[in-house]
Amino acid sequence: MVDYEQLLSDRVQMVKPSGIRRFFDVAAAMPDAISLGVGEPDFETPWQIRRAGIQSLEKGKTFYTSNWGLADLRKQIAALTRRKYQLCYDADKEILVTVGGSEAIDNTIRALVNPGDEVLIPEPSFVCYTPLTQMAGGVPVPLPTQAADQFKLTASALRAAITPRTKLLILPYPNNPTGAIMTRDELEALAAVLRDTNIAVISDEIYCSLTYGKEPHVCFAELPGMQERTIVVDGFSKSYAMTGWRLGWAMGPKELMKQICKIHQFGIMSAPTTAQFAGIEAIRTGEDDIERMRSQYDIRRRFLLGELRSMGLTCFEPQGAFYMFPSIASTGLSSEEFCERLLHEQRVAVVPGNAFGDSGEGHVRISYSYSMNHLREACFRIRKFLQNL
Amino acid sequence: MMENPEKLLDLLSQDARLTPAQLAAMTGASEAEVVDAIRAFEKNATILGYKTVIDWDKTAKESVTALIEVKITPQKGMGFDEIARQIYSHHQVESVYLMSGGFDLTVIIKGRSMREVARFVSEQLAPMENVLSTGTHFILKKYKDYGVEFDPSETDQREVMMAW
Repeated sequence: MVDYEQLLSDRVQMVKPSGIRRFFDVAAAMPDAISLGVGEPDFETPWQIRRAGIQSLEKGKTFYTSNWGLADLRKQIAALTRRKYQLCYDADKEILVTVGGSEAIDNTIRALVNPGDEVLIPEPSFVCYTPLTQMAGGVPVPLPTQAADQFKLTASALRAAITPRTKLLILPYPNNPTGAIMTRDELEALAAVLRDTNIAVISDEIYCSLTYGKEPHVCFAELPGMQERTIVVDGFSKSYAMTGWRLGWAMGPKELMKQICKIHQFGIMSAPTTAQFAGIEAIRTGEDDIERMRSQYDIRRRFLLGELRSMGLTCFEPQGAFYMFPSIASTGLSSEEFCERLLHEQRVAVVPGNAFGDSGEGHVRISYSYSMNHLREACFRIRKFLQNL
Repeated sequence: MMENPEKLLDLLSQDARLTPAQLAAMTGASEAEVVDAIRAFEKNATILGYKTVIDWDKTAKESVTALIEVKITPQKGMGFDEIARQIYSHHQVESVYLMSGGFDLTVIIKGRSMREVARFVSEQLAPMENVLSTGTHFILKKYKDYGVEFDPSETDQREVMMAW
C-alpha cells in the first residue's frame, strides 16, 4: 500500500483546492445553464496574429528559442514599454518571455522568497498569489481592501503590514476580480512607503490595456525609485485575446532577472516558439485590435453596471479588467449560498467573492467577457432570481 | 441636454434594442435626456430607422437578393441624384449607392424569386433612358451582414479553469 499523503510534500498539501470548481462542475451538467464566470476574453485572437503563428510553422520555425525568448520579441516588448510608459529596459538582460504571466509570477516569487519571508497580497485578488507563495515556503499576508476605498490598496494598510520579514509586495492592478485600478497619485503614496525599504514588488499588470477611465494605465515602475525594485508582469492573454497561446513576460532589474531566468531555463527552457512569433505580430500591428475589443468591453461594462444597479445591488464601478464585483449583502445570503441558489434556481453561474480571499465575502464576481445577447439573458435571469428571493 | 449625444448613435448602431433606461445607465445621462436626444436625432433624420438582422434562410420565406452594377449617362438637368431617386423609388430596391470606379450605381434588390428579379431588371431598370448597362449578380449566401456573422459558433469554446 502506498501512503500518498506521506509521499506528497507538505507544501503542496497545504495549498487549498480552488473553490471555483464546484460551481462549474454543477453548471456543466445543466444543459440550460449559462455562465458569467469565465475569466478570459470571448474574442478570438485577431486574424493577422494567428496568421503570423501559422506562417512561422509553415516556415519550419519549430525549434526552441533562446531561454530569454526571441530577441526580436524582446526588442518589441522593450519598444512597447518605452512608448507606453517612457521606461527603458535592456532587451538582452531585463526582459524574460514566459509561459503566460502566471509563470512570470511563479518564477519571481521563487527567486525572491526564502522560507518564512512574508509576501503582502492585497485581496480580493487573482487566486494564484497565495498558493505560489506557500509553495515557495513563504508566508502570505493578506491585505484586505474595501469597497469603500474602491478596492484600492492604501498606503496606511501597506505601512501597517510591513514587518522585518516582509520581502515582497504583490500589486495586482487593474484588479481581478474587483475591476479596481490605481491612479498615479495613489501609486505614489505606496511608493513613498516602500522607498526606504528593501522590499521588492511584483506589479501584475496583465490587464493594463483594459482600463476605461480618461487617464491611461500607470506602470508602477514609472514612479521614482520603483523600477529598481519592481518586476513588472504583463502578457498577451488579455490585451490581444491570446490566452491559449500561453505567452507573457517579466521585466525588472538585471540582477533579479538573471536569477528569475535561471528558474525559467531549468523548468520551462523557453516559451512556445509559435506563440512568440505571433507575439511579435501582435505588438507590431495589434494596437487597433486592442482598442476595438476595449471599446466592446466598455459597452458591456456600462450595460451590466446599469442592469445590476437597477436590480438594487450595490456595485462599485469597475475601471479596469472585465469583471464586476457587486455586493450581495442586501440579499442576506453568503457569497456561496447566493451562487448556489442562482445556479439552481435560474441557471446562471457566477463566482463567489470569497474565492478571491476572505475579504471578497459578501460579493460575487461577474465577468462581462460575453456577447450583449448573452449578458441580456443573464441579467434577465438574475433579476428574476432577486425578485423571487 | 446630453453631453455627448453621438455616443447614443454608437450604441444604437450596435444594438437597437437597448432601452432608454439602459442607454441612460450606459452614458451617464438621465432617461429623459436620452429620450429627448433620440427624438431629436429622429426628427432631423440622423436616425432613419430601426431594423433587425435576420437570417431568412432559417425561415420558410423564399427570397432572392441581387447586386446590380449599373452604368448610367447623366443628361442635362438630370444628375446622378435624380436617376438614383427614380431607381430607389421602386419598393423592391433595398439599397442604392453611388460608386467610384468601373460603374456608377450599386443597386441591391430583393425579390421572391430569380424570375421576379430578372423581370425587374429587364422591365424596369434596363429600359430607363439614362441606364447604359446593367450587370446582375445574384447573392448565393450571406456570411456576414451589418457586422453580424450569420453562422456564429453557438458554443462557448472556453473551458473551465480553476485559476482565473
